Amino acid sequence: MKILVCVSKTPDTTAKVAFKDSNTKFDDAGVQWIINPYDEWYSLVRAIELKEKDAAVVIHLVTVGLADAEPVMRKALALGGDEAIRINADSHDSFYIASQIAAIAKEGNYDLIFTGKETIDYNGSSIGGMVAELLDMPYTSLVLKFDLNGNTATVTREIEGGEEVSEVNLPLVVSSQQGMAEPRIPNMRGIMAARSKPLKVVEPIAVDALTSIVSFELPPAKAGVKLVDADNVAELVKLLHEEARVI
Amino acid sequence: MSVLIFVDQADGHIKKSSFEILTYGADVAKQLGTTADALLLGATKEDLAALGKYGITKVYHIDNANLNNLDAQVYAQVIADAATQTNANVIVCSHNQTGKAVAARVATKLKAGLVAGACALPDTSNGFVVKKTVFSGKAFANIKIASAIKVISVNPNSHSTVIGDGNATVETLNINVPTPKVKVTAVNKISGDIPLTEADIVVSGGRGLKGPENWGIITDLAKALGAATACSRPVSDADWRPHHEHVGQTGIQVAPNLYIAVGISGAIQHLAGVNRSKVIVVINKDAEAPFFKAADYGIVGDAFEVLPKLTEEIKKLKASA
Ligand SMILES: Cc1cc2nc3c(=O)[nH]c(=O)nc-3n(C[C@H](O)[C@H](O)[C@H](O)COP(=O)(O)OP(=O)(O)OC[C@H]3O[C@@H](n4cnc5c(N)ncnc54)[C@H](O)[C@@H]3O)c2cc1C
Ligand SMILES: Nc1ncnc2c1ncn2[C@@H]1O[C@H](COP(=O)(O)O)[C@@H](O)[C@H]1O
Repeated sequence: MKILVCVSKTPDTTAKVAFKDSNTKFDDAGVQWIINPYDEWYSLVRAIELKEKDAAVVIHLVTVGLADAEPVMRKALALGGDEAIRINADSHDSFYIASQIAAIAKEGNYDLIFTGKETIDYNGSSIGGMVAELLDMPYTSLVLKFDLNGNTATVTREIEGGEEVSEVNLPLVVSSQQGMAEPRIPNMRGIMAARSKPLKVVEPIAVDALTSIVSFELPPAKAGVKLVDADNVAELVKLLHEEARVI
Repeated sequence: MSVLIFVDQADGHIKKSSFEILTYGADVAKQLGTTADALLLGATKEDLAALGKYGITKVYHIDNANLNNLDAQVYAQVIADAATQTNANVIVCSHNQTGKAVAARVATKLKAGLVAGACALPDTSNGFVVKKTVFSGKAFANIKIASAIKVISVNPNSHSTVIGDGNATVETLNINVPTPKVKVTAVNKISGDIPLTEADIVVSGGRGLKGPENWGIITDLAKALGAATACSRPVSDADWRPHHEHVGQTGIQVAPNLYIAVGISGAIQHLAGVNRSKVIVVINKDAEAPFFKAADYGIVGDAFEVLPKLTEEIKKLKASA
């Protein structure tokens, strides 16, 4: 059983969002990079749990990124991946990224490919579906629970106002979210072991990007809060009804 | 050339977010000087000709038992085939759970650039540029699509529905529907509740409520307003509330007309999930709580005193309306 976990680096969740170069680039000055929470907390940890149950499971990690993505890959290895692959390219076009991942996946013949629900910076929620399409595999998205029984996965995914349970045979692509596993932190042994685990660097295949970022914008600043006295709740209701017109 | 809108339904009823994208798609078609058609998959209880009221010319309905549950692979195949047969060059869907499952696959099949999570109509003055939310609502990016065919998935609650007159013609298409590989074995709906991502009003509770036994004041207010309920992450982590109510950067992102935050401090990760709300009301006993900086209206006070009063006042308003 071979699992490929897609890992992307994202700014720390408290990072200040600002832009540079006439609002065409994210300003990463002083930004701390972390593993995209969905990739770390849910995809990777669930893969590790599957490996703990079945020693035959092999976990590979893949990222599309430049050398500055290596610290987060080392951290992912410290949590429990067996081997990491970095595709040496920098892109924000989902199709470009997915094509790179699909090329690696084809070569590695994976039974299961985990992606996160979305990256918390570009919020595409797209890579999993694209990789699945490129590999002609089924795709279950926004997965809350994932179990394996031999070659069959039992998957609970989020639907509007509820959950849906389904069964599907491997190979399969999944996008994971809260519920699939509990966050863990790497231990000292994992951190030591990660130093000697392979982190392969491969060059990207030629793919044309289909989209490009023209510019970024910040939302207009709020006018400021209108405070209502706690003893005058009726005033708030009046404001919401007559001024804001939302009730 | 035409615009094709993929209409999503639940239990045979078209979702609110899909009515929004009918108007969005019709507006895109107007901008491009072409027509907007809709595509609906699986059994339906809706009067499809009536979609003409949203500016739709033709409704393509493919009623096949293999489409009654969502298998992303099957749906994407059918939507892409329909787009090709009808010569569509812009495909619009909602960035809801279904859209997140299928839009990327459809785009890949058609070698089309995708903007996922669009929040405005495209700017076609110089190419084809679509604004989308990034950094979990903390910013926007303008994305240029270079390919001939474009796929746009639109954030729920970001485009208002416009209803006019007219009738659409309803047709089917000759499309081969593959057998799903994903076999649905159970659907668990949380009955009675309003789905969070569809709600106009959301009442949300945080750790300030002290424990799950106190949630009555939240649900009472939500009931009076016809609102959905939500919570902060520590609340769902502690199992005070179900996980699907957790909003924020790592939870659900909502954009209702009104978001009422009760006993929530307003951490940056929480704000990321709610800052697209049109109006934010914060009720917190600490005047220094960061949430007040992101709020439109606020009450500094004890939730346990303020909320029951607020619920009473809302009931009075509703009774007088
Ligand atoms: C990587 C990462 C991702 C995260 N993602 C999310 C996310 O998606 N969503 C999310 O919500 N959080 C997220 N968090 C957690 C976030 O940082 C905050 O810890 C969390 O939002 C705080 O929840 P809270 O406001 O309910 O609790 P607290 O911060 O404990 O705030 C409780 C508030 O209640 C007020 N209060 C207390 N008693 C009363 C009373 N009687 N009446 C009125 N007010 C009262 C207090 O003044 C206080 O402001 C994330 C954190 C990290 C590190
Ligand atoms: N550059 C990348 N390298 C590897 N995986 C990625 C990359 N970008 C996104 N992913 C994966 O795809 C998921 C969804 O990302 P997105 O579609 O960009 O929101 C992420 O959670 C990752 O698992």
